[in-house]
Amino acid sequence: MTELLLGTKKGLFVLEGDAGAGEFEIRARAFPGEPVDFAMRDPASKRVLATVTSPFYGPKIWFTDDPAGEWTQAEGVALPEGSDEALERIWVIVPGDGGTLWAGGDPGVLFESRDGGQSWELNRALRRHRIDDNWQPGGGGLCLHSIVPWPGEPDKLSLAVSAAGVWHTDDHGETWRRGNQGIAPRYLPEEAREGATQLCVHRMERSPSMPERMFILFHWGVYRSDDAGQSWTEIGEGLPSDFGFPIALDPADPDSAYVIPLKGDFDRVTPDGNVCVYETRDAGATWTPRGEGMPDRDAYLTVLRRAFDRTGEGRALQLYFGATSGDVFGSGNAGETWFTAATRLPPVFSVTASA
Amino acid sequence: MALVCLHGPLRNLAGGCATQEVSGADVKSVLRGLEDLHPSVSGWILDERGTIRRHINVFVNGERGGEETTVAVGDRVEVLPAITGGT
Repeated sequence: MTELLLGTKKGLFVLEGDAGAGEFEIRARAFPGEPVDFAMRDPASKRVLATVTSPFYGPKIWFTDDPAGEWTQAEGVALPEGSDEALERIWVIVPGDGGTLWAGGDPGVLFESRDGGQSWELNRALRRHRIDDNWQPGGGGLCLHSIVPWPGEPDKLSLAVSAAGVWHTDDHGETWRRGNQGIAPRYLPEEAREGATQLCVHRMERSPSMPERMFILFHWGVYRSDDAGQSWTEIGEGLPSDFGFPIALDPADPDSAYVIPLKGDFDRVTPDGNVCVYETRDAGATWTPRGEGMPDRDAYLTVLRRAFDRTGEGRALQLYFGATSGDVFGSGNAGETWFTAATRLPPVFSVTASA
Repeated sequence: MALVCLHGPLRNLAGGCATQEVSGADVKSVLRGLEDLHPSVSGWILDERGTIRRHINVFVNGERGGEETTVAVGDRVEVLPAITGGT
């Protein structure tokens, strides 16, 4: 059985189903009426964590052993008292090595938990960069949305911020350095692109089987890095558009990536009303459309940056994504064919899958 | 002491009590006093800057107030979610 945790504008939906049969059903709903930005099941503790941004009471992280039961509010999810800005939102929670959990949010903040998500501590070194460098927000705020640990190296971590680019640490967050060489922000005048730091990364992933291989979706541009995120090469040629938000990788194949192109920043919908995922198996040299089973006309979907996830690998790779239309699509065969996992849900903000 | 009236989840966080007697000379100090009495309330009404969250309204004796609104003994301080918060 596969479990999908869907963060939506109106609560958390827990779906359970069989990717082979293509059938999923709603098993639980939590935080009814509240915007749930992200939810994940911690592989270490098996606990479910959800980030909820109440429009009234602000952002919180909650955790539970049973999503249909009681939830407990985590401690420490705030900026230091007396700050000149407030925590706006938690975008993502990612498991690190050794039971550590990382959480990223707006305004460009990173938190760490060493007790399975019960309590969190702000990373002050990164916070210092945000203050000293005066990071600029993107359209979705100053969001730290991508956190990619290095498998087997708990002190190495990379993250991406919109719009403050890519950052790396080799000492568990004591110090940070940028990693943006080769990224060309087309939204800046040509003469201002070299050395620019206002870099709107949409999402970043690292290949588990070759950690120095990384991919990013940028605000125009798909990029690959072969040197652990120090320099980047454009690989978007062959896509109907190189604008999009989420990206997913096959853990078994470092040359693989899946993206969902949108028409552009002027019209953030699936091009020509055709819902299609694009797959590369040669590190971005070529792209193959994978849309069988999904609407190929009259479907103008918006897929947000955290609304695409995978579980499994190789030919058994399962892929799932949700749209702001409330539709959720899945594939149990690495994108070869697709099924509708859910429809008529509230706008989907995030999808995480586990089997 | 002012009488703080709570609604919705704030009431649960304050131990289920609809009203609380809290001392303080202005709205902010009353709300900080409420947090001292019930630490679970911290971060729900005032943010890290000490500002009342954008979609929460605080009324003192029926009139909308801010952090610095003066509060006297016996005043009624009501904390309510604003109609602007939901979409």
